[in-house]
Amino acid sequence: MSEHSVSVTEPAAHPHGMLQHHFTDMEQQKDAASMGMWVFLVTEIMFFGGMFAAYLVYRYWYYGAFVLGSTSLNIWFGAINTGVLICSSLTMAMAVHSAALGARKALIVFLILTMLLGGIFLGIKAKEYYDKYVEHHIPGENFKFDSMTMPDGSEREVHVDQGQAQIYFSLYFLLTGMHAIHMIIGEGLLTALLIMSWLRRFGSSYYTPVENIGLYWHFVDIVWIFLFPLLYLISRVHHV
Amino acid sequence: MSDHIVPVKIYVAVFAILLICTFLTAGIAFVDLTVNIAGHAVNFNPAVALLIAIFKATLVILFFMHIKYSKWVTRTVVIAGVFWLCILLSLTMTDYLSRAFLTSPVH
Repeated sequence: MSEHSVSVTEPAAHPHGMLQHHFTDMEQQKDAASMGMWVFLVTEIMFFGGMFAAYLVYRYWYYGAFVLGSTSLNIWFGAINTGVLICSSLTMAMAVHSAALGARKALIVFLILTMLLGGIFLGIKAKEYYDKYVEHHIPGENFKFDSMTMPDGSEREVHVDQGQAQIYFSLYFLLTGMHAIHMIIGEGLLTALLIMSWLRRFGSSYYTPVENIGLYWHFVDIVWIFLFPLLYLISRVHHV
Repeated sequence: MSDHIVPVKIYVAVFAILLICTFLTAGIAFVDLTVNIAGHAVNFNPAVALLIAIFKATLVILFFMHIKYSKWVTRTVVIAGVFWLCILLSLTMTDYLSRAFLTSPVH
């Protein structure tokens, strides 16, 4: 323990106050943090992977119901949200870039932009959920999938096994819901980053939290990149 | 990592490609990509949409997530993660897809 206190009481001996005693230098510390974050993201890949596996099995079994359920989603909301998330990934990458350059103002601006874009995504998602609620497409007691609203506003009748359709919508709400929870957690993490950068906690030599939360944000973006074609675009050709 | 600072124009270029791919995915969804292979109509729409998604995810991982510039120890973690995901999905589906291959003589 005495060795610990020595390094703590002698911050001047290190050029960077943020260097922990068990690392040789800042670069090694940063590499370790980055790898640790990736190990966490791998557990996230497996977490979403299980749900994707369930999706694949049921899509294979109940393909017809999945096509109809997928067609009932508004493709334009899904596509716009994909674009919004890609924009937020760019602003997040720019935030990390600004942090690496020690540009505090740019870092703050890009963090706020990322949070705003995340908020737009969640807003559009809430609108989609609300539409599904109105249409009784949420699995449960009042579930009824006998019609769908087409993008042009017209109604279309649907004849499909209600149990199979509920499985599609259960997976839709499970996957997009878990994704939305990750987005909300991401917004919280970005708020923490915003406060920390406001308090001048980052500089060009230390910005590991910005970088690692950036990795998390990009990961959540990647999940959506797969959710969009899998949930919205199962087969649009014959059912526009 | 060695504090590699990626030029802004690379980020913007990757962003532009990602957006174009998103338009492409949404647009191609309305084009019938059914091909007749040996008498069977095979629809390639899902495969094309997934290939574009994999391409987009790869761009995000390489450039936005800096794996193109990172150390091999970090890259190994990423590759291991993707590899295990492939085991999860492929072994699950080899079971479910092959169940119909064997039909019981009773039926």
